[in-house]
Amino acid sequence: MEGGARALAEETVVPIRVDSDIVAARQQGRALASRVGFSSGEATLIATAISELSRNIVLYAKRGEIVVAAVENGSRRGVVVVARDEGPGISDVRRATAGGYSTSGGLGLGLAGVRRLMDEFEIVTDVGIGTTVTAKKWKQ
Amino acid sequence: MPVPILKQRDYLIASIQAALNDEDLKKLREALVAQVGEFRSRGVIVDITALDVVDSFAVRTLRDLAHMSRLRGAETVIVGIQPEVAFAMVQLGLTLEGVAAALDLEEGLTYLDRKTKERARTK
Repeated sequence: MEGGARALAEETVVPIRVDSDIVAARQQGRALASRVGFSSGEATLIATAISELSRNIVLYAKRGEIVVAAVENGSRRGVVVVARDEGPGISDVRRATAGGYSTSGGLGLGLAGVRRLMDEFEIVTDVGIGTTVTAKKWKQ
Repeated sequence: MPVPILKQRDYLIASIQAALNDEDLKKLREALVAQVGEFRSRGVIVDITALDVVDSFAVRTLRDLAHMSRLRGAETVIVGIQPEVAFAMVQLGLTLEGVAAALDLEEGLTYLDRKTKERARTK
């Protein structure tokens, strides 16, 4: 993990295929956020970000996974969410993360919104290979 | 999990009890739009107090529901959005644009009473 951040042992992987998996993923994320000590309001932001990320997987890639884990960096504790798929990839990442962009008939707020909900956001995508989004939120 | 829909006077009241997946939300939308016709309802209240996450899909489905019901002659009001859910929605840039919202069930009923009275007067 970059930037000196260290993943802690606790890690949950939720396979994403159908829309009910979206609910499971965000519930896991909320539970972990609470265990790490996030307030209920912050846990809601994390759960909402997970909901959008897993929705992208169902919509565009059909299958993938969400990994949620506790992280720490020095004295800071936080949560990392990794959304991974082997879907079509995103050809114009800048546009996809700028907001108001969508090719699926969804609202197109997903990635830009996730970026606003979380503290750190990183996307690696290759057309035809897949997309990995890594987003972190640190406890205040 | 199906959402119970109560009929009270001219209104339909749907109280969401637990987290819903996309399919449940779509079913709720279809059921309410159908029942507006069946019971000749003038108003629909959707109580989402129990929803801890309202994402882009949920917002779009609620908005569609309100617009579809309006085309069938019923006003919709969404009630019970929790403060932290409201915060997350604003951060995500999600708005219920064109859809009424009220604090709770009581306020929702007051809103519908006013709306349906206005409509009766202009007839």
